[in-house]
Amino acid sequence: MSERIDVSIEHRHAPPEDGRRHPNTCPKCGSHYRDDELAEHLNVCPHCGHHFPLHARERIQQLVDADSFVEEAAELRSDDPLAFFDLRPYTERLAEAELSTGLGEAMVIGRAAIEDQPCQLAVMEFGFMGGSMGRVVGEKFTRACEGAAERGVPLVSVTTTGGARMQEGILSLMQLPKTVCAVEDLRDAGGTLISVMAHPTTAGVLASFASLGDVLVAEPGALLSFTGPRVVQQTTREKLPDDFGRAESNFRYGHIDAIVPRRELRPMLGGLLRLFANGR
Amino acid sequence: MAGEAEQLRLRSQLSRLRGLPLLRGAKLSAELERLQKQLDRVVSEPSDEEIWRSVELARNPDRPYTLDYVERLLDDWFELHGDQHHGDDAALVAGIGRFRGRTVVLVGNQKGRDVKERTRRNFGMAYPEGYGKAMRAMELADRHGFPLLSLIDIPGAYPGVSAEQHGQGGAIARSQALLARLRVPIVACVIGEGGSGGAIATALADRVLMQENSIYTVISPEGCAAILWRDAGEARKAAAAFKPDAAHCLELGVIDAIVPEPENGAHTDADHAAQLLGDALAESLELLESQSGEELRRQRRVRFRTIGQIPATR
Repeated sequence: MSERIDVSIEHRHAPPEDGRRHPNTCPKCGSHYRDDELAEHLNVCPHCGHHFPLHARERIQQLVDADSFVEEAAELRSDDPLAFFDLRPYTERLAEAELSTGLGEAMVIGRAAIEDQPCQLAVMEFGFMGGSMGRVVGEKFTRACEGAAERGVPLVSVTTTGGARMQEGILSLMQLPKTVCAVEDLRDAGGTLISVMAHPTTAGVLASFASLGDVLVAEPGALLSFTGPRVVQQTTREKLPDDFGRAESNFRYGHIDAIVPRRELRPMLGGLLRLFANGR
Repeated sequence: MAGEAEQLRLRSQLSRLRGLPLLRGAKLSAELERLQKQLDRVVSEPSDEEIWRSVELARNPDRPYTLDYVERLLDDWFELHGDQHHGDDAALVAGIGRFRGRTVVLVGNQKGRDVKERTRRNFGMAYPEGYGKAMRAMELADRHGFPLLSLIDIPGAYPGVSAEQHGQGGAIARSQALLARLRVPIVACVIGEGGSGGAIATALADRVLMQENSIYTVISPEGCAAILWRDAGEARKAAAAFKPDAAHCLELGVIDAIVPEPENGAHTDADHAAQLLGDALAESLELLESQSGEELRRQRRVRFRTIGQIPATR
């Protein structure tokens, strides 16, 4: 628990009028933190347990043994196969995403060790165009599977994504079967996929590799739904359950193996990696 | 201009086929003719208006649906019902039948004709139960060595509360994973709307075809417009931007061939449309039937591994 006096009650029901809030203000309880306070708590609200989003680099740093991560395929960049233009050109959105995240795409892959167990990592970045999966994300995930198979180590994927990247049209839909085939090849090679789903893991990624882990775990409160609550509400006009699509609901319905708070994620992965290595 | 690479690819395919010893005689010349037609088609890229016309034709309520083709193409049809866990999803049909001399398993999305049937079939939008039924049928095909035909015509997997509770995302993922494992020939054809994840769930095939006036999309034009233009009314612009028509899908290497339709669309002459579809499916099966199960599976995965290669990895 934080040593600070909690003043969250005073503004709990009064979020800023325009709906925007400071990224360090907890959307659930309204508590506010300095950067170093949040970092110390792995970006989890010490007051109410809300899991703040994590950038891919922060996630990797939290999970792996110090200095063990070696990035791969960092040079891959998307081009613009359809010359897609909505309100702005796709190429402009890509350039902007790269500038704001410092990443070449919405997924970072590489080799690493967790509690001395070697593994392959594929970690998504929601800040890069909503963590959407286009051809480069599909390619990077496929290479992560191939790397895991070649080295005979498990693959750990951490997803946070809105789904397929519309700007790549039908080619982005093709990343679903592509990543599914990559997982099947990994399985045939005797490999392991551990899928960690962070908020949100929806649509095309949930409907492909993220659901195909040997083990499926999620962070508390993560939205894991094929269709998001807003669209379901609009289409069906059904009253949605309070925890619609959330990790807790998915756990109750038997779609995931565990809900793991961020603090416990690294030791849990270490344990699983030891199990799948089977004493090696 | 249509992709020069695609034109080149078709041209080289044409010349390679012309050079082959005529093992299958007439069948091979049909393939030549089809490639020539495709070449003619990609040379003239469809305009935005033509793209929207495809969207409208793909959704035409008089367009033949899966069971219309089953009736015209399969003998001794026996329909399978239920996923053997929860229920029977009428939005996705599956069954066994005889197709031009061989037993096949067929799965397909099914819309309804009148209000009552449309409701019963949930406008063709499958629940996870539908994919469960499809997976049963796929396993049956694999056990018995029957080729699998898959007809795609789905606006999208159903976006509802119970669909989510029953695991829509996981069902779509596992259906694809099963297709990636099958050791029998798989031919898929989009016969109307190839809507996103709901479509790809049953479209991970060795050969993927599209009828001339069908569409294949990552999201509906309306959905895309609502998100990117913040106005669902801009669906035409969205469709023009993401190019869901058959000619573009062929150019992008997403499909292997375009199945011609009667001149004014499949809805004007279901018998003729079925004849043309049957010819294309038979031709595709013949191309695959000489390959071993292992080879089919390997090639299928390579097919999806290499679709839409990014420049750096070419």
